Amino acid sequence: MPQYILLLHETPSDFSNFSPEEVQQIFGEYFAWRSKIQAEGKYVGSNKLKEEGGRHVSMRNGKARVVDGPYAEAKEVMGGYFIIDAANYDEAVEISKGCPHLKYDGWIEVRETDPVPAG
Amino acid sequence: MASESSDHIYQSVDHLFRRRAGQLIATLTRIFGIERLDQVEDAVQDAMVRALRLWPYQGAPDNPTAWLIQVAKNRMLDQLRRESRLTETTDEIEIPIGGEADAAFANEVHDDQLRMIFTCCHPLIPEDGQIALTLKTVGGFSVSEIARAFLARGPSVTKTIVRAKQRLREFEIKLEMPTPDKLPSRLESVLKVVYLMFNEGYSALEGEELVRTDLCHEAIRLGELLAGHPVAGAPKVHALAALLLFQAARLTARCDAAGELLLLSEQDRSLWDRAMIKRGLYQLRRSASGDEVSDYHLEAEIASCHTLAESFESTDWPRVLDCYEELLNRKPSPVVALNRIVALAKVRGVEAGLVELEQIAEDRTLRNYYPFYATRGELLREAGRNNEAIECYRYAHNLTSSEPIRRFVMKRITDLSRER
Repeated sequence: MPQYILLLHETPSDFSNFSPEEVQQIFGEYFAWRSKIQAEGKYVGSNKLKEEGGRHVSMRNGKARVVDGPYAEAKEVMGGYFIIDAANYDEAVEISKGCPHLKYDGWIEVRETDPVPAG
Repeated sequence: MASESSDHIYQSVDHLFRRRAGQLIATLTRIFGIERLDQVEDAVQDAMVRALRLWPYQGAPDNPTAWLIQVAKNRMLDQLRRESRLTETTDEIEIPIGGEADAAFANEVHDDQLRMIFTCCHPLIPEDGQIALTLKTVGGFSVSEIARAFLARGPSVTKTIVRAKQRLREFEIKLEMPTPDKLPSRLESVLKVVYLMFNEGYSALEGEELVRTDLCHEAIRLGELLAGHPVAGAPKVHALAALLLFQAARLTARCDAAGELLLLSEQDRSLWDRAMIKRGLYQLRRSASGDEVSDYHLEAEIASCHTLAESFESTDWPRVLDCYEELLNRKPSPVVALNRIVALAKVRGVEAGLVELEQIAEDRTLRNYYPFYATRGELLREAGRNNEAIECYRYAHNLTSSEPIRRFVMKRITDLSRER
């Protein structure tokens, strides 16, 4: 079965106004979504990315150039990713639609991995 | 490490985060001092937000409380370092973190919370400030939730809390349990806050149902917490806890399927919360030790009569009447007088009740008190004096802005008009 990677983009916004009760509710939504994919055997893995811009590495005139990522100024960043098994794009998109990330001002980039055929 | 088993608790346990927030604030305030309460609150908020960003990807940690407390503690230490009031050795501040089921840790958390309650309910803080501060720092309620529960606006709740914190600073109120000689008087104000907190959730019929029920349950939690404390747990604390539990046990039956208000006589008693009644009985038994019969004892007794009766008719009305008479002797109040008459009408008849109502009708406090007219309406209706009853219900209708009550009274008027 093909694997899809869901890249969760978000605006580095301020969550500080959420009350504990709202925090709980949002967790509930995320865990419900995660549990469902896990129960269906489609969850492969996930990771949160650190909230700084990381490093951008490029080559300039034969020399590696490393700059800090533009987290602070960025309008949006990648918050993290999920890897799932899905039959096709339709299914992967359908799964993404259920992700609470969309409710909280985020958007999701769905990409199919392109493995080298075995053998 | 991610643990699948701990994930589901966030879906099944009510108000876990609200409770955690209260625990965290109490514990960290003990460690860093009451003068840093604002910073502690911010640090706890930060820890929750951090969890909110991280846990959806990684799953919840095995010991979420320990995780949250560690993150919040680190925030505090970072800040203190920035203020450069502390040297690097602050790293060694050890915070004991037990497992979720660790009894010693649980006790410690309880003690932290009790200290916090006594501090928030210090008599030098105005009463509304005591309640708001307790809900915010011990209960983990947000300002907007408190505002919703009290039908207040957010900014005014914020002001109340700011004023309460000013008092804490001005009078250098310490975060500590009162000494044994001061405990009894300090306990009074704590119990009053718990009592008012419950009543606010229980009696107000407007506002958001959910958050008001939460207020009742938080009051019960604090009541039981106090009752369980070896020193604070005086008989009257058990009485208060019993009272709240008996009242709350009936919450589920207060409305019919359409959401319309039901009188005690109309409620389906099979809907009452048996488990809660059992807890109430346990507290009632424990309240019986000692000689003191507090007001809470009397109110708990009344509540138990209502809650333990098989039916409305079989309620021990003479006992209820006795308790109200005793309460009235202690603190003459038109509201208690009105409740006494309801019981009296059951014991000595509707006409006797109506006669006594006439006698208290002159009281100015009752002139604009809709329950007075609603009660009089009920008694007149039972006496078959329908026209006068309708008159009273109209009065009651005009005096209240509560929609559920207006609908209830309107229905009575319609029913009686049909009988005419």
